[in-house]
Amino acid sequence: MKQLIELEINGRIYEIPVSPKDLLVDVVRKKVGLTGTKKGCGQGDCGACTVLLDGEPVLSCITLAIACQGKKITTIEGLVAEDGTLHPIQQSFVEHGAVQCGFCTPGMILSSKALLDKNQQPTELEIKRGIAGNICRCTGYKRIVEAIKAAGDTLASGEVK
Amino acid sequence: MGNPNFTQVGRSVPRVDGPAKVKGEAIYTDDMVLPRMAYGKIKRSPYAHALIKKIDYSKALALPGVLTVITGEEAPNKWGIVPQTANEVALAVGKVRYHNEGVAAVAAIDEETAEAALDLIEVEYEPLPVLLDPQESMRRANEVKIHDDAPENILHSGDQLFGDPDQAFAACTYILEREFHTSYVNHAFLEPQTALASYDVQNDKLQLWSSTQVPHYLHRQLSIVMEMPMNKIRVTVPAVGGAFGGKGEASPADFCAALLSRKTGRPVKVTYERSEVFATNKGRHPCQIKMKIGLNKDGYIQAVDFDNTMDGGAYAGWGMVVMFYTASMIHLPYKVPNAHARVRRVYTNKPTCGAMRGLGGIQPRYAMECMLDEMAEMMGVSAYELKMKNAVESGYRSVSNLHVPHSEYKKCLQTAVEKSGYLEKHGKLPFGKGIGLAGGYYISGTAYTLYQAYKPHTTVLIRVDTEGGVTVHCAAAEIGQGCNTVMAQMAAEALGIRFEDVHVVSGDTELGTFDLGSFASRLTYAAGAAIKEAAAEINLKLKETAAGMVGCRADQLEIKDGRFCSIFEPRKNIEWEKVVDLYTNSVGTLVGTGHFSPPRLKGIDLTRGKRVQGANIGHSPTFGFSSQVWEVDVDLETGKIRVERVTEAGDCGQAVNPMSVDGQVEGSIMFAMGQALYEEMKVDDQGKMINASLHDYKVPTAMELPEMNTTIVDSYDPTAPFGVKESGEGPVQPTIPAITNAIYDAIGVRFTELPITPEKVLQALKEKNSR
Repeated sequence: MKQLIELEINGRIYEIPVSPKDLLVDVVRKKVGLTGTKKGCGQGDCGACTVLLDGEPVLSCITLAIACQGKKITTIEGLVAEDGTLHPIQQSFVEHGAVQCGFCTPGMILSSKALLDKNQQPTELEIKRGIAGNICRCTGYKRIVEAIKAAGDTLASGEVK
Repeated sequence: MGNPNFTQVGRSVPRVDGPAKVKGEAIYTDDMVLPRMAYGKIKRSPYAHALIKKIDYSKALALPGVLTVITGEEAPNKWGIVPQTANEVALAVGKVRYHNEGVAAVAAIDEETAEAALDLIEVEYEPLPVLLDPQESMRRANEVKIHDDAPENILHSGDQLFGDPDQAFAACTYILEREFHTSYVNHAFLEPQTALASYDVQNDKLQLWSSTQVPHYLHRQLSIVMEMPMNKIRVTVPAVGGAFGGKGEASPADFCAALLSRKTGRPVKVTYERSEVFATNKGRHPCQIKMKIGLNKDGYIQAVDFDNTMDGGAYAGWGMVVMFYTASMIHLPYKVPNAHARVRRVYTNKPTCGAMRGLGGIQPRYAMECMLDEMAEMMGVSAYELKMKNAVESGYRSVSNLHVPHSEYKKCLQTAVEKSGYLEKHGKLPFGKGIGLAGGYYISGTAYTLYQAYKPHTTVLIRVDTEGGVTVHCAAAEIGQGCNTVMAQMAAEALGIRFEDVHVVSGDTELGTFDLGSFASRLTYAAGAAIKEAAAEINLKLKETAAGMVGCRADQLEIKDGRFCSIFEPRKNIEWEKVVDLYTNSVGTLVGTGHFSPPRLKGIDLTRGKRVQGANIGHSPTFGFSSQVWEVDVDLETGKIRVERVTEAGDCGQAVNPMSVDGQVEGSIMFAMGQALYEEMKVDDQGKMINASLHDYKVPTAMELPEMNTTIVDSYDPTAPFGVKESGEGPVQPTIPAITNAIYDAIGVRFTELPITPEKVLQALKEKNSR
């Protein structure tokens, strides 16, 4: 049986009818219509479905939607500023050529955000650990690591809010 | 770097689709929803080889929410990317040949209902013996046949003789024979195959959105399976989440979506689960290779003998083409005056193998580069010296008539060796640490269509008008490799304007002009040539208009930085937009078209002038090269191999977008490293895949990223449009042998079987110590 729940996604409250077994990825993609969150494996292995739950990266394909009530959910769509400006991590990914097919990108950027929110100048190893759960098959990761490092530097220098 | 006169080609501009992708706004097929859309799911076989006795789907149909069910009998026409060997069907007809082959498909109002319906479909099977190894499959062909038309369980075989290898071997000072086994690997692109079909019942028209890399070939296959004329079908490619060859032919998802949509009169979407991606595979062929190489006393290669048994899995796919590519790939990047290749592609009851990044090259390259490393040791010289001595140069023509118009392969070897300190380190590192060298190449621009046709492989239409700037139309597929960005750069270069003012319309068989698709590293070269031709037509017309405005002869004008200038007096000039404006006002919208057909070289034995069957395959307008040096650290206690550093140098001709090239090269390196060290699909004794997930099938993560130094060597192919060559398949070739050679340098063991896992390393160390 479906029940109506409230989910806070990117600062907005959505009232959504869900069944207890509905997964967050499906609710976000199909019921809310935020398709930036990707589903690459449905088993918690690839990281494409990563979203932030109270700032922590979680795999939305193995997270029940009802368990997210009362928490702040951030999807990739929530990173762009009101005026359309890209988040420094998004900007850095574009500039560094860290995007190819783009399917891992939303999850990769959200994992990066969780990392940089805690530590704006991580070491290379810390960056690699931060995205170890996000598979990218196109780029070979090198440019992603560079993009995250550069975004951290930008954030640390306070050039952007 | 490259041509210094270029202003748009050679720029490291961020890709045009980058912002949409980082915002999560790029639309992939599974992101699409249409009014009244239904969901399709495929029922799959629990047997790897069985006759289908009966399918009863009455209970499924009775389930509320189920719209329809289809079985193979409703669309029995055989499809296949290679028309000569087409033997696949949308859903199995009468027999299944691999575990999880589709036998029926359901359309329902939602996914849950469709899944529930699958369980209600009752299928009666009569299990048959399962053949899982190609040797066994050939041996037992008289008692178990996978296909009726393949009495030996062989799809196709080839025997290619060039020169006189027997005589050449007899005169060789150094001869080495080795056997290599490569593994069964999958592309593991992140976006599972997805198709959304919308059939217009009143007009008998089909619109299909698909995660394909070959919209044209999919278009053709749909026409065959659906029994519809091509002009009633439109294929559109939304954003594609990686492909690597795995989306280089139609998938049953495409056919099932289309068939279910026609039957229900509703749009139907079929999205694969990850397990279905593995089940339908089309990944790299495991090869059992026997290779023999002969060198004369000075180290020049005299002959190569190559015997390859390929495990093709259940159906044909790209198999025959891949098979002949493996035979072709022994002729480069070294000069081989005599060669004999015997190749066969064998059916087994496993998910079918097909095209995968660098197809046909990886396996023979692994054998040859490892053997040359060993032969250098036999001779007491460095592998670098041996490879430099034999490396091909510009203008080389192989005994099989492959023509290499341009090569900087020696520069690749030299750069990688010098930048890595290979000569200083090789053989001198402490036990457990090692350094290895290998090289490779790949085709660029392709040469033969898969079906007999003389039409150009690519047509580009460039439209210039006063409203939209410049629009380039081409039905090529952007699959993440960046072709839309690169095509815009080339068009801008040819028109003398800025890349930012060029818009590319691709990935649509109705809006785009003809293109074969994104495979075999053909697109930059092929589209580049067509763009050049189309732009020349436009430039000619605009110059006539500009001539009157500038006050000089049209043939004395050049277009630079958005202006038409007199070549003698550059200050006499006029803005490009003003010329377009005048032209459009006086004539109308300006279009130019360009075509590209690769040259058709015959695969002949040059010593006899005789045609050799299958040897046309592998010919290409030009070739890209790569050389890599890998440094590894082998943990002697755990057997784990840690890659410390990789130094790569590549010849991609003129880099259109150097940042994009670097991305292709770095991606190639990690992709091939996965096959070298971690990746392998495994099936149990009944053919069921036991690691069909990204948890159990191990692809490299960021934790495995080594220090990576890549160099685009200075190169410009004067025979190529804008001087370009490929950059995304050559660099996968040297990786596996370079790692293997590095491991040998580290622990003195030459591994001839992939992947080189910690278990194999420990076992080898144990055997070595007990000797």
